[in-house]
Amino acid sequence: MNWNSWSEFFSMGGYGFYVWGSYLVSFMCIAGEIWILLNRQRTLQQYLGQRRIKYEREKE
Amino acid sequence: MSINWYKYASPASFYFLAGKMIPYFSIAAIALLIVGLYIGFFVAPTDFQQGEAYRIIFIHVPAAWMSMFLYVVMAFWAGVGLAFNTRLSSMMATAIAPTGAMFTFIALWTGAWWGKPMWGTWWVWDARLTSELILFFLYIGFMSLQAAIDDPRRADKAGAIIALVGVVNIPIIYFSVQWWNTLHQGASVSIAQSPKMATAMLAGMLVMALAAWMYSIAMILMRARTIILERERHTAWVAELKGMTR
Repeated sequence: MNWNSWSEFFSMGGYGFYVWGSYLVSFMCIAGEIWILLNRQRTLQQYLGQRRIKYEREKE
Repeated sequence: MSINWYKYASPASFYFLAGKMIPYFSIAAIALLIVGLYIGFFVAPTDFQQGEAYRIIFIHVPAAWMSMFLYVVMAFWAGVGLAFNTRLSSMMATAIAPTGAMFTFIALWTGAWWGKPMWGTWWVWDARLTSELILFFLYIGFMSLQAAIDDPRRADKAGAIIALVGVVNIPIIYFSVQWWNTLHQGASVSIAQSPKMATAMLAGMLVMALAAWMYSIAMILMRARTIILERERHTAWVAELKGMTR
């Protein structure tokens, strides 16, 4: 174990700003990529839902 | 047993196959990320030269590896799509680009935040950093070019040209630390030599790299499925899909 307390963990031997600045932004990028894709899927879903209704009607 | 590969070259069959695989890759990505972060922060010792700042390595190196590897895979599929006119190959290339661009950005960002405390500067125009920045612009160029062309098949072909020309940059990035005098350190892990780092550090880095792989595969499959539906939205098989569009 490298750390004796949480404050020691967060300070990262004085490099906390750089270490957490790297990790935080990286995880924000990953979250952003997932969010953009889910949004794209939601838009597509709405379009396909409307199209399905039309398609069912045409089949009848 | 022989597998009929052509079957999976059809967007419709790929769509269902990919849908079954996504959950496994997603779970593997999350599990490996947790293990990797645990090793990186709690098992790996403090570095004798860089103190705790070196812990940026656990995202920096996997992200940089993925940025280069995904580019090669993207160019490969774009090339296959161009040569054999297979729609699915080109869709794969398009699906890879945003994930590759994201990893390139992470590699550049974490590099800057590691460079500042260690080199005293956020950025230098050195060979490794500059060629990685060019890689980022190649991804952005590929995506903007495709977005600017309305006809998807023409967009595929135009994108493939950029992607294939840009492959030249990959060996430049990889060997830049040997070919030029750079501020960036040389490879910590290579096939020819035993690793120059503590076992726990190496283990953390490799587990994080595996997590990045699993994440990339899951994201790319998800995006490929979305692209398939977007492009095939006027076909009967898409119209008959019921609630399976995720």
